[in-house]
Amino acid sequence: MARIIQRKKLVPNIHLLEVYAPEVARKARPGQFVILMPDEFGERIPLTIADWDAEKGTVTSVFMIVGTSTAKLAQLRTGDEIPVYVGPLGRPSEIDYFGSVLCAGGCFGLGAIYPLARAYKQAGNRVVTLLDVRARYLLYWEDKLRSVSDEVHLVSRDDQKLPQEYIPYRLKMILEQGGHLDRVHVIGCTYLMATCSEATRPYKVKTIVSLNPIMLDGTGMCGACRVTVGGATRFACVDGPDFDGHLVDWNELYARRKAYLEDESRSLCEWETRIYPEEEII
Amino acid sequence: MAEKDELSAEVKERLKSEYQKPWRQELRRALSVKERSKIPRQKMPERPAEVRIKDFREVNLGLEAEAARMEARRCLDCANPACVKGCPVSIDIPSFVKLVEIGEFVLAARKIKETNSLPAICGRVCPQETQCEAVCNLKKATGVPVAIGNLERFVADFERQNGEVFIPSIPPPSGKKVAVIGAGPAGLTVAGELAKKGHRVTVFEALHVAGGVLVYGIPEFRLPKSILKAEVDYLERLGVEIKLNFVVGKTATLDDLRAEGYEAFFIGTGAGLPNFMKIPGENLIGIYSANEYLTRVNLMRAYDFPRYDTPVLKGERVAVIGGGNVAMDSVRTAKRLGAKRAMIIYRRSRQEMPAREEEVKHAEEEGIEFHFLTVPIRYLGDEHGRVRAMECQRMELGAPDSSGRRRPIPVPGSEFTVEVDLVVVAIGQSPNPLIPQTTAGMKVGKWGNIEVDWSTMATNMEGVYAGGDIVRGGATVILAMGDGRLAAASIDEYLRRK
Repeated sequence: MARIIQRKKLVPNIHLLEVYAPEVARKARPGQFVILMPDEFGERIPLTIADWDAEKGTVTSVFMIVGTSTAKLAQLRTGDEIPVYVGPLGRPSEIDYFGSVLCAGGCFGLGAIYPLARAYKQAGNRVVTLLDVRARYLLYWEDKLRSVSDEVHLVSRDDQKLPQEYIPYRLKMILEQGGHLDRVHVIGCTYLMATCSEATRPYKVKTIVSLNPIMLDGTGMCGACRVTVGGATRFACVDGPDFDGHLVDWNELYARRKAYLEDESRSLCEWETRIYPEEEII
Repeated sequence: MAEKDELSAEVKERLKSEYQKPWRQELRRALSVKERSKIPRQKMPERPAEVRIKDFREVNLGLEAEAARMEARRCLDCANPACVKGCPVSIDIPSFVKLVEIGEFVLAARKIKETNSLPAICGRVCPQETQCEAVCNLKKATGVPVAIGNLERFVADFERQNGEVFIPSIPPPSGKKVAVIGAGPAGLTVAGELAKKGHRVTVFEALHVAGGVLVYGIPEFRLPKSILKAEVDYLERLGVEIKLNFVVGKTATLDDLRAEGYEAFFIGTGAGLPNFMKIPGENLIGIYSANEYLTRVNLMRAYDFPRYDTPVLKGERVAVIGGGNVAMDSVRTAKRLGAKRAMIIYRRSRQEMPAREEEVKHAEEEGIEFHFLTVPIRYLGDEHGRVRAMECQRMELGAPDSSGRRRPIPVPGSEFTVEVDLVVVAIGQSPNPLIPQTTAGMKVGKWGNIEVDWSTMATNMEGVYAGGDIVRGGATVILAMGDGRLAAASIDEYLRRK
């Protein structure tokens, strides 16, 4: 059981969840995730740890509503208990002094990239942060991210004052214009991570991606999260979630993430019909 | 499994003193060996195949009291009971069977519990036909052994259903804290044994339900969850604390727990990464490891989707690769989820199949197709990355390999294609990597299994013991429990010495 300290909508469809989980908070490292179930009927869903406070014993994640379990989660309130909350899982990201590190995030990844940017910064790196939002009003945590970055780039596709472009182009532009990068770390949707990896490939900049395949137990027992990296099958929950973006078989990951699309929409429809959401969660 | 060469002196002594008790002598005289041998083996009542494939409820219904007593009468009460040697935990089988014969069912259950804390489970999932029943002297005489497993199940169910589960008196607290890692059959056994000795036991479980493979792996139709729940409740009544959603190695390391005052450890983290065949197309959608398939259905209750949020892909033509119990569980699960064709694809022949005889029989009755001497070599997908067919090859059996079974050899030019829309790979797993990965100095073997001294189950680390699949790779519930008993005795001795 983990008690909710705070659950709030950050921007439409994206929510923050802060829970009291002192054991997880004590061990959390950048790049790790938790698995939780919103109720006893829910799926076990992985969420990247976006922040934590070991002293207060709290752990924060940012999640997007994509299916029934996340929709249920977005309905919970301060003081509610989450029946299953386990972690920190996965291998922590490799944090070291590399020189110049670009952290790129989109959608829920703006939250998830934050502890990485902070850790790279603390390790002495020059941190460039690249934030991607579909529209300007979907931006959150900008101040937090600025506080741990030396340079921030923002791309959205609706703001007339900003370049109308998608994140990989900006990444390419930075590299083309001679911006030296020693490492790129990307968290976001599969498409974002795949396209960023393609953008850095010609420049041979080491690109770390935090993969988000469907998971079940999250402790290396079931093999649901298998991904092909460098031609070998790896399990994202125990071998990852970080992998070299240049070696990931992205087409396979796209397909596997869509495996339950029909079931997921059926489940969400039935849930929404059964329990008409009490408040507007989107 | 072969008969153990010799029973320990202690076990022999115990058997002998029970054997010589006057009531046993009298009972032996009451019916001659010849008369006993003539009694037919009592049939386990079961639900008809065409009914049971429509739901997940238990297939076997259990013996009635009269049938159990009749079955117990078949036991010859041998002076040298081979069955005990066939049992990995040396249960005093003749004593419990004879207690059944005289109608003392609760005492019979307690007799088993002297050596096996989970009889309702073992009575259902042990491969009796290769253990106790394989060496039963009645089998040697008549070809049909005493139904020891069915009797074990009967007495355990009787005790539970009649509210007779006995909570032993616990000695005063020893003041020692023990951490048991993994709430599977090995860990639960250790926890029960050590709690009975007065130690303070905490079981750390990564999943949200205790039971390990008994809850995520073995389906309801073979082992109802209510039975497992009763066993876990029993442990809690013994004072065992179960901490769910706690991954040792991640939430806290072994060293962290040591710093918190735990003085001894048992690692029973079981099966880890599922094995795949490393053939083309194995990551297509619709190809599951058996662990994932069974976990979705059993633990996450995908059979009741969308009431439960976790989905499972339902195939019309399902192929399950493998010939063990996990393969049988998977293929029968697929049938219950509506598969039109549910197939076992096994590379050897029927007699080499490691599955329990009863599971194979039940599977056959349920219309499962068996394709022996067949192995998949490639999976073919559609434009969405979903499996649509598999290419197979025929095998023939060559000379025996290291396991003693005849080695399958591919027959050149025998390739053929089978249309499938769901595949479950049930060819075993490697030990769970989390503890070895996060515990500096732990000695592991080449398969990632933790190495132990088999006489004590001690690892190379002070106060740390291990057992079950994390040590053995892939074995049975009863072997895990046997490891647990041995480890518990060693841990108790270690704590007293300390």
